[in-house]
Amino acid sequence: MLDAAWLICAFPLAGFVVLLALGRRLGEPRAGWVATGAMVGAFVSSVAVFAALMGRDPAERRFVVTLFEWVPAGDFSVDAGLLIDPLSVTMALFVTGVGALIHLYAIGYMHGDGDFSKFFVYLNLFAFSMLVLVLGDSLALTFLGWEGVGVCSYLLISFWFTDEANASAGKKAFITNRVGDWGFMLAMFWAFGALGSVRYLDLFGGADSLSSTTATAIVILLFVGAAGKSAQLPLYIWLPDAMAGPTPVSALIHAATMVTAGVYLMVRVNPLIAVADGWAPDAIAWVGVATALFAAGAAMAQNDIKKVLAYSTISQLGYMMLAVGTGAYVAAIFHMVTHAFFKALLFLGSGSVIHALDGDQDMRRYGALRAAMPVTAATFIVGWLAIAGVPPFAGFWSKDEILAYAFDASPALWAVGIVTAVLTAFYMSRLVFMTFYGEARHGDDAHPHEPSGLMTAPLLVLAAAAVVAGGLNLPFTKHLHFLGSWLEPSLFANEAHLSLGGGAQWLLALVSMAGAAVGIAGAAAVYLQNRLPAERVEWPAAARAFYVDEMWTRFVGGPGRRAFEGVAAFDANVVDGAVDGVGRSVRTGGAWLRRVQSGFVRSYALLTAAGAVALLIWFLARASF
Amino acid sequence: MDLAGLSVGWYLALSVALFAIGGVGLLVRRNPLVMFMCVELMLNAVNVAFVALGAGLNDVGGQVAVFFVLVVAATEVVIGLALVVAINRRRAGATADDVTLLKG
Amino acid sequence: MSEAVFVVAAVIILAGAVGVVASRNPVHAALFLVQTLVGVAVLFVLNDAHFLAAVQVVVYAGAIVILFLFVIMLLGVDKAEELRVEPIFGQRPLAVVVGAALAAALATVVVAGADVLTGLRRAGGDRALDGEATDIERMGRVLFGEFALAVEITAALLTVAVVGAVILTRRSPRPEATEAPVSGDA
Repeated sequence: MLDAAWLICAFPLAGFVVLLALGRRLGEPRAGWVATGAMVGAFVSSVAVFAALMGRDPAERRFVVTLFEWVPAGDFSVDAGLLIDPLSVTMALFVTGVGALIHLYAIGYMHGDGDFSKFFVYLNLFAFSMLVLVLGDSLALTFLGWEGVGVCSYLLISFWFTDEANASAGKKAFITNRVGDWGFMLAMFWAFGALGSVRYLDLFGGADSLSSTTATAIVILLFVGAAGKSAQLPLYIWLPDAMAGPTPVSALIHAATMVTAGVYLMVRVNPLIAVADGWAPDAIAWVGVATALFAAGAAMAQNDIKKVLAYSTISQLGYMMLAVGTGAYVAAIFHMVTHAFFKALLFLGSGSVIHALDGDQDMRRYGALRAAMPVTAATFIVGWLAIAGVPPFAGFWSKDEILAYAFDASPALWAVGIVTAVLTAFYMSRLVFMTFYGEARHGDDAHPHEPSGLMTAPLLVLAAAAVVAGGLNLPFTKHLHFLGSWLEPSLFANEAHLSLGGGAQWLLALVSMAGAAVGIAGAAAVYLQNRLPAERVEWPAAARAFYVDEMWTRFVGGPGRRAFEGVAAFDANVVDGAVDGVGRSVRTGGAWLRRVQSGFVRSYALLTAAGAVALLIWFLARASF
Repeated sequence: MDLAGLSVGWYLALSVALFAIGGVGLLVRRNPLVMFMCVELMLNAVNVAFVALGAGLNDVGGQVAVFFVLVVAATEVVIGLALVVAINRRRAGATADDVTLLKG
Repeated sequence: MSEAVFVVAAVIILAGAVGVVASRNPVHAALFLVQTLVGVAVLFVLNDAHFLAAVQVVVYAGAIVILFLFVIMLLGVDKAEELRVEPIFGQRPLAVVVGAALAAALATVVVAGADVLTGLRRAGGDRALDGEATDIERMGRVLFGEFALAVEITAALLTVAVVGAVILTRRSPRPEATEAPVSGDA
C-alpha cells in the first residue's frame, strides 16, 4: 500500500482534470460531488498509507516513493518523489480530511453560484498542490506545491473578481507571498550550493556537515518564506484581505491548510534549525509570539466576523511559530491539527451565519441568532471554547503545551503568550456574544435560518473533532503522547525536552485556564451585561490593525516605489540598453553591409574573385617554399 | 618535369595569363553572352594546366579531368544560354547590370 | 620544334583571349573565342592528347560557339556594346587590380614550383602515359574503370541540363494572359 502513496495526490489531480474538462457539463451539484469524491478518495488513501506506516517499525517509517525524474540538468537532478514519513502523512491526513469536509460544505454554500464548477476546479487544484507541498521529497517539489497553493489562493480570493476589492485582495495576497517566496528560493539555492542537493533526506543527512552560519542563513531565509505563507509579522497583511474569497476558501486555505504550510516547512527542516545559531530559533519564537499578540490585539476591535477570524488565524499561527522557535515541534503540529479542526469549524460556522443573513458580514448587525440557528450556534460554541482554551476542548491541550515549552525556553515568551491567550478568549467571546446572544440587530427583511444538511454535517463532524482532538497528545503520562511518539522519526531527536516538573505544569495549566476565564468574563461583562461601553475596549488603532498596512502602503508607495523605479530605470537603461545596443549595432552594421548586396552580378563576381585571391595568398603564406 | 624540352612552367604561365584575362573580362563586360565566353576562357586556362601537368607527371588523370570540365562547360553553356534567352524574352537587350533583383 | 609551336600557339591563344574581352561586338568576341579554342587544341596535340584536341575542336569550337552565335542571332543582341563607360563605380580598376593580383599570386606558385601547394606525384600503372597504348585507349580505361561512377553522374548532369534548358525557354501557357497563346509558337 505504501507504494501507492501517489494515489493521495492523484485523486485531487484527477478531480481537477475531470472538472476542467467536464465541469461545466456536469454542472451543479454533480461537479461538487466529483470534487468531494476526489477528496474522500485522497483521504481514504491517506488513511491506508497511515495504517501501512503504523504497521512498520518506527525506525523504518521514513522513505521516498520516486515517481519520475523531474528536472534532469547535468549533475543537478530533481526527482519527483514523495517523502512518506509520520510528519507528511499527518499533514496529508488532516489536509484531506478537513478538505473533504469543506468540499462537502461548499456544495451547499456555493449553491446557485454561476461559477459553481469553476470553484471546485480551483479547490481540487488547491488540494493537489497542497498535497504536493506536504508530500514532496525535496525543497524543489515543496516549492512547486508552495507556488501552486499560492496561485489557487490568488484565484480563489478573487473568485468573485467582478468586485474590484476582491480582485485587488487576490493580487495583494499573491504579491506579498512573492516576498516570502524570494526567501524560500534563496534558501533553496543556498542549500543546493552548500550540499549539492535539495532533497530532504540529503539535507537531513548533510545538516551536521554545514557550518552554523550556512544553516542559520538557510533557516532564516526559509523563515522569510514561511512568514509570507503563514502570515507572520510583517508579511501578514494579505491574510485579512484574503477574506474576500468565499467562506469555504477562507476555511480551507486561509485557516486550516495553506497558511500552516510555513509552520510545516519549519518543522520539516528541524535538523537545519538544530545546527543553526541559537539566535535563529529565538528570532522565530519572538516573531511568532509577537505576531500572536499583535493579531489578537487587532482581532479585539474588528466588526467583520471573517476579519476577526482572520486575525485570530494569524494569532494562532504565531503560536505555532512560537512552538517551532522553542523546539516544541510536536506541539506545533499538535496545535496545527487542532487549529485546523476548530478554525475550519469557526469559519464554516461564520459562513453559515453569513449565508443565513444574505451575505452580511458585520457583527454589529447580528445578535440572538442562537434560536434561529441552533446547530450552527452549538457547533460554533464548541469551536469558541476550543480556541479560547477551555478544557477539555482540543485547543486547551495544544495551546497549553506550546505555553509550557515557551515557559521552559523563556518566561518572557510565556508571559506574552498568556496575555495573547486572555485576548483570544476575549475577542472570541465577543464574537460569539455579538453573533448568537444579546438582541437581534439585523433588519426585519433578514430571516436567519439553519442551512441545509450538506452544510451542517461538516460542522458536526468538525465540532466532534474539536472536542476530542486533544486526546491526540495528552500531557499526563508518556504513554498518552500519541502524536509525540508518532512524529518521533521525523524529528531526529531535535524536539526540546521539557524540564518543568509536574507541579509546575499543573500551575501553568491553571494560569492559562484562569486566563481563559478572565477573557470570557471580560467579554461577557462588556457585550452581554453592558457594564462597560464597547467603545472603551475597541481601540481604534486595533481596528486598523495598528496601522501596519498603512505603514506598508506608505513605504511601498514612497521610498519603496522610488527604489523600484530606480531598479526599473537601471533595467531599462543598462540591462536592456546593453541588449538593445547589441541588437541596434547589428542592425546598423547590417544596414551598412547590405549595400554590398547591390544586385549587380559583376560586383558579386568581383568580390568572389577578391576572395579567391585572398584565399590564394593565405595558402601561399602558409606554404613552406 | 620536362616535356619535349619545354618546362611545364611555361604552360602554367600561359594558363595563368589566360585565366587572368578571362577573369578580368568577366568582371568588365556587361553583355551576358560575352561574360559566358570569358568563363569559357577561364575554363580553357584550367584545361591547359591540367593537360600540361598530366603530361609532366606521366598521368592520364589530367586528360580525364579535362574531359569532365568539357562536359560541365557544355552543360553550363546550355543552361546559361537558356537563362539569357528567358531574360531577353522579358527584357530585350538586357545586360548583366539590368538584372539586379537579387539584392539586400 | 615544339618550342616554336608552343610560342606560336601561345600568341594565338592570348591574342584571341584579349580579342574576346576587348571586342565590342559579341559576334567578333565569339570568333576570337574560336581562335583561342583552336590554339588550346594545338597545345593538346603538343602534349599527345589527341583525343582531347579533337573533342576541343568538335565540341567547343564547333557546338558551343555555334550555340553562342545562334543565341546572338536569335536574340538580336549583336549590337555593339559601349565599352568606354562603366556604370558600376570602381568596377573596372578594381577588376584590373584583382585580375593582376590573381595572376601574380598564381605566378608565384608557378615560379616557386607547382608542387609547393599540390604535392605532385608521378603516376604509374593504368594511368601512366608512357606505355604502349594510345591516349584514347588509356582515357577509356580510366574513365570506365576508376571514374565510372563520375561518368554516370555526368550523364545525369547532361540530362538535367537538357531538361532544364527546355523548361527555362518554354513559353508556358499563362492563364492570366489576355491574348490566346499562338499555336506552334512554343
